[in-house]
Amino acid sequence: MALKGSLVIDTEKCKGCGVCITGCPQNVIALAKNVNAKGYNYLEMVDEDACVGCANCAVLCPDGVIEVYRVKI
Amino acid sequence: MKREDIVKPENLIYKRTSVLTDNVMHYCPGCGHGVIHRLIAEVVDEMGIQDKTLIVAPVGCSVLAYNYFDLDAAEAAHGRAPALATAMKRLRPDQFVLTYQGDGDLAAIGTAETIHACNRGENITMIFVNNGIYGMTGGQMAPTTLEGMKTATSPYGRDLSTMGNPLKITELIAQLPGSYYVTRQAVYTPALVRKCKKAIRNAFEYQKLNKGTSFVEIVSNCNSGWKLPPVKANQWLEEHMLPFFPLGDLKVPENK
Amino acid sequence: MKELKLMKGNEAIAEAAIRCGVDGYFGYPITPQSEILEHLMSENPYDKTGMVVLQAESETASINMVYGGACLGKKVMTSSSSPGISLMQEGLSYMAGAELPALVVNVVRGGPGLGTIQPSQADYFQTVKGGGHGDYRLITLAPAFVQEMYDFVELAFELAFKYRNPVMILSDGIIGQVMEKVEVDDYKSRWTNEYIREQFPWAMTGKTADRPHRIITSLELEASRQEKVNLRLQSKYKDCEAQEVRYETTQCEDADYFIVAYGSSARISQKAVEVARENGIKVGLIRPITLWPFPSKAIQEITAKAKGILCVEMSAGQLIEDVKLAVECKIPVEHFGRFGGIIPSPAEVVEALHSKLM
Repeated sequence: MALKGSLVIDTEKCKGCGVCITGCPQNVIALAKNVNAKGYNYLEMVDEDACVGCANCAVLCPDGVIEVYRVKI
Repeated sequence: MKREDIVKPENLIYKRTSVLTDNVMHYCPGCGHGVIHRLIAEVVDEMGIQDKTLIVAPVGCSVLAYNYFDLDAAEAAHGRAPALATAMKRLRPDQFVLTYQGDGDLAAIGTAETIHACNRGENITMIFVNNGIYGMTGGQMAPTTLEGMKTATSPYGRDLSTMGNPLKITELIAQLPGSYYVTRQAVYTPALVRKCKKAIRNAFEYQKLNKGTSFVEIVSNCNSGWKLPPVKANQWLEEHMLPFFPLGDLKVPENK
Repeated sequence: MKELKLMKGNEAIAEAAIRCGVDGYFGYPITPQSEILEHLMSENPYDKTGMVVLQAESETASINMVYGGACLGKKVMTSSSSPGISLMQEGLSYMAGAELPALVVNVVRGGPGLGTIQPSQADYFQTVKGGGHGDYRLITLAPAFVQEMYDFVELAFELAFKYRNPVMILSDGIIGQVMEKVEVDDYKSRWTNEYIREQFPWAMTGKTADRPHRIITSLELEASRQEKVNLRLQSKYKDCEAQEVRYETTQCEDADYFIVAYGSSARISQKAVEVARENGIKVGLIRPITLWPFPSKAIQEITAKAKGILCVEMSAGQLIEDVKLAVECKIPVEHFGRFGGIIPSPAEVVEALHSKLM
């Protein structure tokens, strides 16, 4: 059995600190080249297939902008 | 498997707790306050005590904490949160009372209130966020600023011979008979965050049991004050703050 | 017939607090008012009414415990004497800013600094002109008798909750220490948590699903909103000025000269009025009971045709400024005071009437 995850990121509330990226074991996330309305390079998923839904990113996020979904396959 | 098949309500495993308001926090990117706020809110949520929790905010960066917790809250004068909390708990022992303070607030201007509340064993939960600097006023030296650390008021580094020593107030508090649970945590890795949440939960559970003061120090960062990007600030925290402020329990109940 | 007790002014404050259903007292010993805390501790009020009494580590902590209790909609109080009251100014300013009800009793002693433990009225300016930072007011009651020490505790809480503002009982070392008979009330129940929840939509009672969370703060960083906070406070103070002025007059109907004095000085002046009248001088006494709001209009009307006014106070001249403002300098206003802990005698007051106004 494997776990498959995905994230919903509130990009407008993300401050682009990048702390979440340090917690990701699968290199799923990175800061976007684009910026949000506040001028922050927001977080985005760059390797969706690799996400296992461990929620480390959400656990580390100071602004609570990440929702985590997970299924068993 | 497609994203649409995963992102469904039944598959949700982590979301922002409703004990936090929708207000965007004013903290700098990467600031530990946000994580710590969330952990407290999650514990309140999981214990089902939102209607029984009173929080006292400090003066400092977290002065506006009351805007982020969906809890009844009071804003104390600088350093006085433990005095407010003392009265609140004594007048409403049926409520959970929580103070949230930084190092300047708790360990400098409010030292007397902190020590005496803990020494009386006030049955409250105290959260102490230590980032070794005054963030809100613009990065001045704090009681917990490390030796040699540069701040706006120690621009050549903290000189112990003229500026005094960094204060390990948590070690002091652990010596007091009134403190029941004293621990030092951090929130810069997922494992540490999860551990810190358990500590905060313990602190609330002990309050429920009327055990005395539960005190949780969280060694945190100040990217702006330390003049480092968020991730580097967390590395600096690990390399410099933790040797002086080592993580772990300082006082745990014997019959845990 | 009410129960009569012989007690000190300080004890009367404590007894009134227990009997009128105060929820909490937080204080720190200082002469000449330590009997308040001592009496409270010896009476075991927690067993009688559930009232919480705690000796704090400082006056700073005391006032902030009061702040905390007031946030919950509880009736909370502290007491101290001048140096301790100076330490409380920060907390008083915060409470005025956060619009919280509370009672603070100042049993004034001589200053400045550590001064003396003898009586004084030199904290008038600190009390009615501010004391702490910012534009705020303290409703100030000035008792002259031990009975008033007792009665003003309940009155203070009525006013404090009516206006959501701290109230000061400005007493002094004489009234605090002197023993007189006092009519005391039966014990009243404290407010229940349910009552507080229903009555005070601002109080911290625990956030429930049916209402937004409540925040008690004096912070408003946005200047335009902070100005609105200030305007609201000023409007509240105007209402209080219109409704809450209290004063007492003695033999003012036919008087040519007037003494204005409060608290202990008013009692000394009452004797001075008798002595002066025996000597054929028609003197009346006006005793402000509320020092803020000050009975300016009453003083102006009563003294409209006066030949002169003497302000008698145990200070170097503080009350006199409000009296001069009240009569707009249309009448000679002179000051007679002893200070540093010296109590003026009625003979000295009569002598001052002669030498300063005649």
